[in-house]
Amino acid sequence: MGNPLGPDATFRDGLSKGQINLQQCGNCDQFIFFPRINCPHCGGTSLTWHPASGKGEVHTATTVRRRAEKGGDYNVSMIELAEGVRMMSRVDGIAPLDVKIGLAITAFAGEIDGIPAVLCKPAEG
Amino acid sequence: MGDNLRGKSAIVGVGHAGFGEAHGQTAYEIMAQSSLTALADAGLKLSDVDGLFCTMMEDSMPVVMAAEYLGITPRYIDGTMSGGSSFVNYLTSATMALEMGLCDVALICYGSNQRSASGKLVTASKLPPYEGLYSPRYPISGYALAAARHMHEYGTTRENLADVAVAARAWASHNPEAFMRDPLTREDVLASRMVSDPLTKLDCCLVTDGGGAIVLVRADRAKDFPNAPVYVLGSAAESSHRQISQMKDYTTTAARESGKRAFEIAGVTPKDIDVVELYDAFTINTVLFLEDLGFCQKGEGGAFVSDGNIAPGGGLAVNTNGGGLSCVHPGMYGIFTVIEAARQIRGDAPGIQLDGVELAVAHGNGGVLSSQVTAILGGASTV
Ligand SMILES: [Zn+2]
Repeated sequence: MGNPLGPDATFRDGLSKGQINLQQCGNCDQFIFFPRINCPHCGGTSLTWHPASGKGEVHTATTVRRRAEKGGDYNVSMIELAEGVRMMSRVDGIAPLDVKIGLAITAFAGEIDGIPAVLCKPAEG
Repeated sequence: MGDNLRGKSAIVGVGHAGFGEAHGQTAYEIMAQSSLTALADAGLKLSDVDGLFCTMMEDSMPVVMAAEYLGITPRYIDGTMSGGSSFVNYLTSATMALEMGLCDVALICYGSNQRSASGKLVTASKLPPYEGLYSPRYPISGYALAAARHMHEYGTTRENLADVAVAARAWASHNPEAFMRDPLTREDVLASRMVSDPLTKLDCCLVTDGGGAIVLVRADRAKDFPNAPVYVLGSAAESSHRQISQMKDYTTTAARESGKRAFEIAGVTPKDIDVVELYDAFTINTVLFLEDLGFCQKGEGGAFVSDGNIAPGGGLAVNTNGGGLSCVHPGMYGIFTVIEAARQIRGDAPGIQLDGVELAVAHGNGGVLSSQVTAILGGASTV
């Protein structure tokens, strides 16, 4: 048996298998992101992994302008998941300029240029 | 909490070089020319320097490279890299080193050929690990995310942001050292090319060449130099995050904490300040920092910067050289907040010289609103 994966590799490993997993602190109960060996809220080190609900909303967003021949404009969002963590992501399936603060999203494990990544789409219903 | 450093050091020389376009010059050449100018201003020579405070956009050991270039062997060095705030931060470490006798003449210096070397420039900065994949345009998208949230929460408008750029240009138009001096209107900014919503090209700082340098000594010998001393009355830092995705509140920066402590150490309040020099990498910076430093209430920054209130003749003099938006921005601007503040206090500002400046704020920002450092500088009557 080799060394266990660190939190960064564990997260990326899950993502490559289609799962978004988040760490929760056993001391202060808060979820954290990005993955770490210590809780950034309380310093606790007993962190356990849990599948994310995928529910969340856009906390803030920008449309990065890019020439059409290079692929056109795209969204960069800061999403806040129901677990209370924020991360950078991209909301697909909607025009970039329509991604507004407060938009309900569903986060999913996708990929960008073949690399596993958390992506989002507008929540249904 | 740092208040025993109040007034313990003084700026006795400032210099700059290579503003605008410095074709054919290396970053270290611009740094060295700035340093020589500052030392001449102080009536000192390179061999007098025994404390060196420097970082550059290139190399892994810039402060050591700078010492080699200048041909000095400093007994105290600090190359802490917190982005553009580094040079305001060095005021603290230089004051400590001077006060503890670790050095007698401190030189803070910087140079960059970012504009003329454009395309060849290799920065030390990697994309943050949990953000790079989404291709935010670095660093503007980070500031755009903060601006969008400020607009959402407080009703700040693109017109408000545009007025920051207009005010900066109005100051710059009187400054022969400024790179951009043509008239600029709110409409020009609004019609400028959108880069990362809500920020347009004209909401962004310039990309220029340039360097700056500052010479500090202990306050007890500050009167032995040709220029009126400019005292470091208080300086304080706060670092809140590195990646924009880790910023806890997109409308409040760590300048609230750095500013509070710097003012406490200096024993003054925002009401006492005659001139404010802020790191305006983007128009939203000026709004955020004026709020966080206490010049207006949180959320009121948009209205505060509008309609000429921070332009020449307005209620508060902000970025009197034209700032990073219109004067100079060679990769990192922080050192120029200190230089302009010192010149306003000395009475030899290159553009509009305000009357009777005794107290000035120099505020540095690094990363994506990540590292905030505030310094309060004062003239003879303040110590
Ligand atoms: Zn915890």
